[in-house]
Amino acid sequence: MTPTGAEEDPSGERWALALSAIDILMASAGTIGGILLRARPGPVRDAWTDALALVMPTRRLPASADAEGLDGGLDLTATLASGRPVHRAGILADAIGKALLVPMAERLNPSLAARLATAIDDGCPPLVLFDEGDPDDPERERLPAALMDRLAIHIDLNSVRLDMAALIAGDAPPPPLAMLAEPGAVAKDPETALAVAAASLGIASIRAPIMAVRVARAHARADGRPDSTEQLREADMAAAAALVLGPRATRLPPPPPEEEQPPPPEEPPPDEPPPPEEPPPPSDDTPGDDQEQPEPPPIDPTEMILDAAQTALPPGLLDALAAGTMTKAPKSSGSSGAKQKSITSGRPAGVRPGMPGRGARLALIETIKTAAPWQKIRPARDDGRLAIRSEDLRIRRFVAQTQSTTIFAVDASGSAAFARLAEAKGAVELLLAEAYVKRAEVALVAFRGQEAALALPPTRSLPRAKKELAGLAGGGGTPIAAGLDLARKVAESERGRGRTPLVVVLTDGRANVGGGDGVSPQEAALTSARAYRAAGIACVFIDCSPRPRPLGAELATAMGARLVTLPRLDAKAVVAAVKAATSGTN
Amino acid sequence: MSARIPFPFTAIVGQAEMKQALLLAAVEPRLGGVMVFGDRGTGKSTAVRALAGLLPPMKVVPGCRYLCAPDDRSPCIEGCREKAGKRIEEANVPFVDLPLGATEDRVVGSLDLERALATGEKRFEPGLLAKANRGFLYIDEINLLEDHLVDLLLDVAVSGTNVVEREGLSIRHPARFILVGSGNPEEGELRPQLLDRFGLSVDVRTPTDMGDRIEIVKRCDRFDRDPASFVAEFADDEQKTLEAIAKARKLLPKVQVADEMLGLGAQLCSAVGADGLRGELTLLRAARAQAALSGKKEVKPHHVAEVATMALRHRLRRNVLDDTGSTSRITRAIAELIPA
Repeated sequence: MTPTGAEEDPSGERWALALSAIDILMASAGTIGGILLRARPGPVRDAWTDALALVMPTRRLPASADAEGLDGGLDLTATLASGRPVHRAGILADAIGKALLVPMAERLNPSLAARLATAIDDGCPPLVLFDEGDPDDPERERLPAALMDRLAIHIDLNSVRLDMAALIAGDAPPPPLAMLAEPGAVAKDPETALAVAAASLGIASIRAPIMAVRVARAHARADGRPDSTEQLREADMAAAAALVLGPRATRLPPPPPEEEQPPPPEEPPPDEPPPPEEPPPPSDDTPGDDQEQPEPPPIDPTEMILDAAQTALPPGLLDALAAGTMTKAPKSSGSSGAKQKSITSGRPAGVRPGMPGRGARLALIETIKTAAPWQKIRPARDDGRLAIRSEDLRIRRFVAQTQSTTIFAVDASGSAAFARLAEAKGAVELLLAEAYVKRAEVALVAFRGQEAALALPPTRSLPRAKKELAGLAGGGGTPIAAGLDLARKVAESERGRGRTPLVVVLTDGRANVGGGDGVSPQEAALTSARAYRAAGIACVFIDCSPRPRPLGAELATAMGARLVTLPRLDAKAVVAAVKAATSGTN
Repeated sequence: MSARIPFPFTAIVGQAEMKQALLLAAVEPRLGGVMVFGDRGTGKSTAVRALAGLLPPMKVVPGCRYLCAPDDRSPCIEGCREKAGKRIEEANVPFVDLPLGATEDRVVGSLDLERALATGEKRFEPGLLAKANRGFLYIDEINLLEDHLVDLLLDVAVSGTNVVEREGLSIRHPARFILVGSGNPEEGELRPQLLDRFGLSVDVRTPTDMGDRIEIVKRCDRFDRDPASFVAEFADDEQKTLEAIAKARKLLPKVQVADEMLGLGAQLCSAVGADGLRGELTLLRAARAQAALSGKKEVKPHHVAEVATMALRHRLRRNVLDDTGSTSRITRAIAELIPA
């Protein structure tokens, strides 16, 4: 099974890289945390997983697993049935000596992700997380960063295409790796080179270069060469760069400055660096290739590392850089506030019959109380203990306070845009300043020109709001329909997270962009507005045109929104309108 | 990376403020915890783990599930001190890493289900708070922890006792620990009333200095390859830090705070607009600990200046429309009030 068109297509290279990661994982002895594999389910991912399973037993984390399942505990059902404590091994304990596969990692619940991150710190079986998010969807869910940062190797298989014919024939994946063919020259001062490379790729976390060194050493081990840092070769550095540094890059390295490079320039006098000279060239260990020619002198690997890293830049990095959106880390699913599961958290609110597990806790006293009256009827147990049946089981219930997300849809078009934006920003900040009381979140959608953009993803962080709203531009046409659609999408996804959305529209109500095909912009806006009523999303429509016109009222009615006219917009009035609306909906 | 030797505390490159705050908290446990703001991968948990590993093993009552001290006079709830008689065991200073998804049961402890079901015995199963007694409780991303848990943790951290009233259990057990929380304010803020209950706060940034970054990578690699000899390399420094802590702990009760220093503390707090008495109290306690760490028996103005930023940074009244960082406001006030 060879990748198609390996010569011109980077696909083949990526596939070889992905396969080499398996060998590195094998050789790493649990020091690198694991692998994050960005790949949707499909033949390519299956081929990779098969390749992994060839060399290492795997254990899949079931989708139903909870944090308790990871650690194991008392198996209640079995305990009740047998009348003595029956323990269930945790998944982590069960996975020792295997690789633990985590499908749909981007939807991992935060507590599970946190448990896995801690497990990595404490030393656990290597993890392989499958991030199945759509790489083209900027709003997709992401892994909690704390977990992502701890997985040394990041691979993207989304762009890899394999030879279909070979897949259909069921050929085994090729174990010998092209990557390991030529170890290359000894790299000079690998730690420095990797640290410098990480910095010039804009990787802030210091964990990345540390992991890179470990991966380089594991690569050397996998190739059967000594793994001491002084003897790392070019190939090891390239693997570390492509697997660890490249995918984490947030910017392109600056063009190599001739005078600023921390290591000395090329062509060092051969007698100058003593340490790399001293260890005898490890040619005895690799009898194949090196016997004839003398060992090449150590090379400065910095540039080579950067080149290798660039083969594995995160897809879309360049576009994102161009759009200047890279700094906006999208919301991870690991953020707080999703408290919809009322059986697991919140204030206690009585008990109900039910089976413990999956986060629900047994209410022991109530269970015993329920069982007590039946003891005379039920056959007595030999050991004289209470006979408890599964229908006696009671679980605790909790009420979770629902939390709100206020989504501003702000008209950033036309000449009044700056004033409107400034007041909207003011309102966002005022709301966030009090948000900690109710743990409310705020988001902002701005629409202007041809389209709408999510200028501030839902957050309750004031510093983040300030940073992201600082450079918001205004002017241009008024695509109300686009703005309403995007705000509704955000509202619906917030509702999916168990929060109560409130959409606040700030506009003067005159759409002049959108529609097409005989539909006027205003009609398109009305259609988008009706979707709100259908979805049942609470909304406030703030008409801020100097002279309110029926157009605004029409939109508000279509949305089922509370209409507020604020000819002289100011932040405090907006906040007051929002508060009036939230107290009305709660 | 299995159960292993902790990274030496003194081998941590940079992060001077965080290390200082942790040392102060180790000298004066009444300070009430350290909040670390900052980026990921800056060695926060490494530093806390390292400090716990640096401290000498403590004497405990054998078999005590709460790691009680033999010379503690408060009654041991399970009577293990009486059972143990004169026997004494040694245990490492605990470091407990509280995972984000921890349930209340795991944190405060709960009824021992296994015993209850198997033998009908009502027995308390201690939680993480008991495990952290006399050591460190570290919570990464505390800003993402559920509110009721954060309330509970801070309450226990300040009172030193965990009170459990649930499932027919009524238990109090000692839970004196140094709470270290960390979090990135950009991912969600802590409520100010909670922040205020942390004694010290420090800002941690990823080191930007290239030399530092290279040194960090090198040290980690050396530690990976041969932990034993790496630790041996820093043994002298570790010993010195250890002695400094021990000396400071002994000296602390004797450190005098003159009335002028109390006045200075009050002035400083009002100049920066730090609400509440807690700020003043922490400021002076931290200054005392700082004096003790440097071997002095009297608090001097420079001791106050050295700890003012970390004692007050998180207590300033917030003005939404003022972007001046808290740190610079405090630095300015220090410059005005305390001549260098």
